[in-house]
Amino acid sequence: MKVHRAVRMERCIGCHSCSLACARLVYKNFSWNTAGIRIRSTGGVSSGFQAVLCLACDPAPCAAACPTGAMSPRKSGGGVLLKKSLCVQCGKCAAACPVEAINLDAAGNPSVCIHCGQCIPFCPHDCLELVEAAAPAAPCLESCNVAEK
Amino acid sequence: MSPKNNDPDLFRVLVYDLSARRGDIVLVPGRGRYIGGSGLAALLFEKYGLPTAAPFDPGQPLIFAIGPATGYFPLMSKTVCGFKSPYNGNYAESHAGGRSALALRFAGFDALVVTGKAARLSTLVVGSRRIELLDVHYLRGADVFTTGKLLRKIAAGASGHRSIMRIGPAGENGSAYACINVDTYRHFGRLGAGAVMGAKNCKALVVMGDGDLALPEDKAYPKLFKDIHDKVTASGMMEKYHNLGTPANVLPLNALKSLPWRNLAATTDPEADKISGEAFAEKLLMHNAACAGCPVGCIHVGMVREMFSASHRFAIHQVAYDHEPNFAAGPMLGVTDPSEVLAINDVADRQGLDIISAGVALAWAVEATQKGLVSEKETEVKLAFGDAAAFKRAMWLLGHKVNDFYAALGQGALVAARQYGGEDFACVLGQEMAGYATGETYFASQTVSFRHSHLDTGAYSYDQKHKEKDVDAVVKFLVDDERERVLLTCLVACLFAREVYKPEVVAAALSCLGHGELAAGIDAAAENARRARWRLKLATGYDPLATRIPKRFAEIETWKGPVDAAYMEALRAGYAAAVLSLGAPLPSA
Repeated sequence: MKVHRAVRMERCIGCHSCSLACARLVYKNFSWNTAGIRIRSTGGVSSGFQAVLCLACDPAPCAAACPTGAMSPRKSGGGVLLKKSLCVQCGKCAAACPVEAINLDAAGNPSVCIHCGQCIPFCPHDCLELVEAAAPAAPCLESCNVAEK
Repeated sequence: MSPKNNDPDLFRVLVYDLSARRGDIVLVPGRGRYIGGSGLAALLFEKYGLPTAAPFDPGQPLIFAIGPATGYFPLMSKTVCGFKSPYNGNYAESHAGGRSALALRFAGFDALVVTGKAARLSTLVVGSRRIELLDVHYLRGADVFTTGKLLRKIAAGASGHRSIMRIGPAGENGSAYACINVDTYRHFGRLGAGAVMGAKNCKALVVMGDGDLALPEDKAYPKLFKDIHDKVTASGMMEKYHNLGTPANVLPLNALKSLPWRNLAATTDPEADKISGEAFAEKLLMHNAACAGCPVGCIHVGMVREMFSASHRFAIHQVAYDHEPNFAAGPMLGVTDPSEVLAINDVADRQGLDIISAGVALAWAVEATQKGLVSEKETEVKLAFGDAAAFKRAMWLLGHKVNDFYAALGQGALVAARQYGGEDFACVLGQEMAGYATGETYFASQTVSFRHSHLDTGAYSYDQKHKEKDVDAVVKFLVDDERERVLLTCLVACLFAREVYKPEVVAAALSCLGHGELAAGIDAAAENARRARWRLKLATGYDPLATRIPKRFAEIETWKGPVDAAYMEALRAGYAAAVLSLGAPLPSA
């Protein structure tokens, strides 16, 4: 099981290719909102960019808040599965997320990162990565490790 | 295809009347003939423009148009602004990216047309479920960056998916080359769109891309997207744009005697290495940024570290740079410290001035000072080539229109020259020159071409490859090359993508998006759009035959030797005649 981390956001140029890819390939939509990863500036483009995406909480508060089981915990590694057919658009999942990672569209349908990694090849600066869930990495948004010699 | 609109021929347009404080959503037919972007802006000016009324007439539209491929494919990331220019009185276009194009797309509009004049200084906020005019009288006089910072709070929402297009003091003061700043680092730079916005009492437009659209149904779409994405990111095709960026031009241009120095007194200088693309990248480049929807990331942001106190206290300024701004604040003004080049740019940017025109106009003012035509009585600060502190001060004086001299200079170097003398050395080719002193082809092209822009044709590149003098061949090149570029600016592709979006790729992309019929007739549509633009420019008073190239351009030397004035004049006259023919009224008109 893998977990999707935005590990090198200091390199982000704000092109939104990841969001558009997620919308296109996962949510079958043309959008930069209805996507499991969304890019915000942290106070105007001169202050850098932030990726808003699921941190793979375990247990996941969104799944706990979901009244129908539409959001259910993945078998391992944290994060959730989303079964659209069970969703009643109540928005409880989005309210429960501590990092605003769940987007609700105009009709109240949630979108959340499912840790599939399909957006990763579209990042031109290698900001994104799938990491092994078995050895959970801290959710650092910028590279903080020193390369081994 | 536009949202809530199943007919591919219809454009979905928001027409907002600032006087009446209300908007209308209008479905305008014409995709098949006008495509979008440049073509759509022309179509909308045909529909809403007042060809014979003044540029600042409240009834004039300020148009922002995107194209059929906007957001659907990489580098389809720019917006075309159409308006009647206060610089030359003609119908004009200016192009910008930032988030503007995708924000309009996801707000659900192919175009936004702003008409009328607000009773008080206002900001128009547009989203997929929001249309609102906010009173922002308290922002009067605010610089571009302050305006952006405050508007992020005033028009909160859609963070990261919002475009803030705003003007500074220059736009409020009616400078004929006031720009519209887009998302801090990009601009509708040239020909005065910012002043048109100012005349409408419109401080800013905030467009929120907060809607969702259906994915194209064609199964080939994701693969075609990936193919194009791979091409632009993996092949090195865009290397020159994301590595050093356009300032990579400096050393080659200087070596070819094609870089304008000190108001075009020279075309080469041994100091060029101080302000090369390499020097900027090594010393000042902080990071890159991208327009939304473009993985290339050609925006280069440099850092100016300003020590404001002797006890090592610093202020940091982040300034986007490119060849054109660097030229206008650098060699053209005799400034060779890259940090000072950015600092001058920064002050001009805060005023909401087009830095190319502002820098070139100040270069004229320096030479006018040297020749005794103006003095500190007019300029308030002593202007001399290389004196960056003086230029920073002058940019503020220009943006704030502090006296009659700066009022005239803010209308263009030639306007000031007509008043104070010195028309021969005003480096104006339709508008203040861009940073290419490549020779006769470029000078004739910028003088006559539609936007008077270095991007209208590949003339600067032609000059660097051709020494032979063949008027017919050059005119044919300019006419053919313009049409190819108009096709791209109808889609609206970034012109940096012209190597990627060859005709077969454009056809495949449009077919994928449900515009198969348009794809089949794309050449005819691009030609129609190009001619519509020229008809509008002529109908608003442009006489290409009456254009002239100031004497200074005949006094210089390029790699080809001294400029041949007679040949340059033949090119100008030849291209002008071709333009008259392109802009001929329709038979039925």
